[in-house]
Amino acid sequence: MNKISVIIKREYITRVRKKSFIIMTILAPLLMAAIIILPTVLMMNQSGQFKKIAVIEDKSDLFKGVIKNTKDVEFVYLDNVKLDDLKKTFDKAGYYGILYISPEIINTPNAVQLISRQQPPIGLLQYIQNSLKNEIERQKLQAYNINDLNEIMKNIRTNVSIQTIKIDSSGQVKKTSTGISMALAYILGFLMYMLVFIFGAQVMRGVIEEKTSRVVEVIISSVRPVQLMMGKIIGIAMVGLTQFFIWVILTFGIVTVLKTTVMQKTNLTEITQSVPQNLMAPAAADSVTTAVQTSEVSPKFAEFSQMFDSAMNQPWGLIIISFIFYFATGYLLYASVFAAIGSAVDNETETQQFMLPVTIPIILALMVAMGTMQNPESSLSFWCSLIPLTSPIVMMARLPFGVPYWQLALSMVLMIATFSFFVWMAAKVYRTGILMYGKKTSWKEMWKWLRYSG
Amino acid sequence: MALFEAKNVTKQYGDQLALDNVSISVPEQCIYGLLGPNGAGKTTLIRIINQITGPDTGELFLNGRKLKPEDVQAIGYLPEERGLYKKMKVGEQALYLAQLKGLSKSEAMKRLRYWFKKLEIIDWWGKKVEELSKGMQQKVQFITTVLHEPRLIIFDEPFTGFDPVNANIIKNEILFLRDRGATIIFSTHNMESVEELCDNITLIDKSKTILEGSVDEIRNRWAANEYDLVFEGDVNITGNGQYKIVKQEKDNNKSLIRLKTEGDVSNNDILQTVMKSGKIISFNPALPSMNEIFIRVVEARN
Repeated sequence: MNKISVIIKREYITRVRKKSFIIMTILAPLLMAAIIILPTVLMMNQSGQFKKIAVIEDKSDLFKGVIKNTKDVEFVYLDNVKLDDLKKTFDKAGYYGILYISPEIINTPNAVQLISRQQPPIGLLQYIQNSLKNEIERQKLQAYNINDLNEIMKNIRTNVSIQTIKIDSSGQVKKTSTGISMALAYILGFLMYMLVFIFGAQVMRGVIEEKTSRVVEVIISSVRPVQLMMGKIIGIAMVGLTQFFIWVILTFGIVTVLKTTVMQKTNLTEITQSVPQNLMAPAAADSVTTAVQTSEVSPKFAEFSQMFDSAMNQPWGLIIISFIFYFATGYLLYASVFAAIGSAVDNETETQQFMLPVTIPIILALMVAMGTMQNPESSLSFWCSLIPLTSPIVMMARLPFGVPYWQLALSMVLMIATFSFFVWMAAKVYRTGILMYGKKTSWKEMWKWLRYSG
Repeated sequence: MALFEAKNVTKQYGDQLALDNVSISVPEQCIYGLLGPNGAGKTTLIRIINQITGPDTGELFLNGRKLKPEDVQAIGYLPEERGLYKKMKVGEQALYLAQLKGLSKSEAMKRLRYWFKKLEIIDWWGKKVEELSKGMQQKVQFITTVLHEPRLIIFDEPFTGFDPVNANIIKNEILFLRDRGATIIFSTHNMESVEELCDNITLIDKSKTILEGSVDEIRNRWAANEYDLVFEGDVNITGNGQYKIVKQEKDNNKSLIRLKTEGDVSNNDILQTVMKSGKIISFNPALPSMNEIFIRVVEARN
């Protein structure tokens, strides 16, 4: 046991000290943060420039003063100016563009033009569209001559969001959110896939390194091959977890810092209005939205707080325990197979023929997990969450939607049985494989090794 | 008394027989040669001794007791196909291998310093293995093999990769370890070093033991009643009823003559006859070299 810990320590320290590890560990969160922040920053820069827009209304003044000035945009109503004349001179006169509203606007939506030298930011367009649309609707309603129209309009303005509530058999009520469950399913499934695949492949490379450098024979004269294999597998798992936790902490740290420093400079309302929500990562979008909406629109806040409730109402204890379980067993299962493959070959290019059968169930599991997010009750998800080769990924994706305990228990029992079997088989192949040189290994050959004694 | 014994060891890989009923008995504090052509089964036997693989049948004894998994601590092994982690620093690597043999970190450090100084590689402690020359790496590997003071040390071709000076240093270290009480199993194709170092040998060919015993006894057994004579000056000898001349050479005012006796002739009888021919410088029974014996034994089986 003591020797295994010496092996784990070496596997861990040599990897963590590598330059490539340090660079990746620092760079990846920066990239992640950039992906989260960049769209926001881009939008902000565009709207950060002060713009003056000339508004010309043909033959009427229905919309005079309708579009309110904002911090960044001023709308100047010009009477008695011909569009064609202004088209030539507007930029010299200091205008960013011309908003031309033709009289047919009530009936034809295309009757509005924004003429500018540059492509206008989407936020500006949306702002103008909304303002005009609201005004047209108001005017159309007014044509019906309803008394107290303004009062009525205020009263009927409503926001609807569906609150989903899960009731378990004991009648206990839990507020849930399908969005949160989906996000969680996605994150858990994908995380499992990454950990199993990336670090499983690292195990394989480590085994090949030991074999090609011929250090392996010295080591297995001191420890049993299975100890070396398990030490390597566990050591690399710890490297993976270390990197993962640093990534999570750094990404959140960078995002928080950037958000507070960069975004405070400008009006938050406009940013969130101008940024299409789907461009932003959920975490940043959520927090920005709340910061804005709390002061302004209470229904939005209610929605957020409901999401928060729902996130808190996820069975976190169960999810965490299951994650640890499925990570441990799933990683061990695949990493031991990867170790066996690494032991059977002389260099990395030879691994191709063995990789495919191992990759297929992992990829399949990931695809089923993605499907699970859409339809957690499908029979494909059910079966794949029981079959041990796919269950670590698929079951994690199913968990946020609620899984009957008997299914979870059955899946875990199958998993334990299978992973023990795989580790045992892999150890047998590994033991023979690491001492075999020069021969091109086939599946048939590996099958023979399984039957060699001690 | 035998420090290590293997009794009737058989090992099969698939349908290939690697060892067929092989037994060896290694006396304490002896240097035991394990010889044989490539693919004879030596490496398999060595791996079985190191418990890297187990035998199909047969028993192994260390110090009179059955070999146990913990006994790896009492064995040091320098494999023929050896290597180190290329990217790891020399000192750390030696420390790692020592800890795998069960030494504590502080004890390992102490002994490593002693050995690194003794073999004059202490300056390389912080260098990466890939920066070292092959001979230097071999020295590191030699140290990690003997650092835990094993009672039984197995050297598989320990001199490859060394220049003659360093090979001699390693040879002396091996003798030194033997004198301090270690028992050594020595596998090599270099028959000169077998004559020089080994007390006993076993020769394995095609998975079977075909020759075993002490080196002296084997060489005498294979001696073909031949004698080497050196005379001063130019001497001519002709054969007679007692012996015949195998070869005569002249070299620097000396005559080198090899006789082969027929039947049972005592040394005195030979000397009495030949001393009449001239001034004798030396007279030696001519023992076949281990190299000759190796080739004759193995070829006889093919």
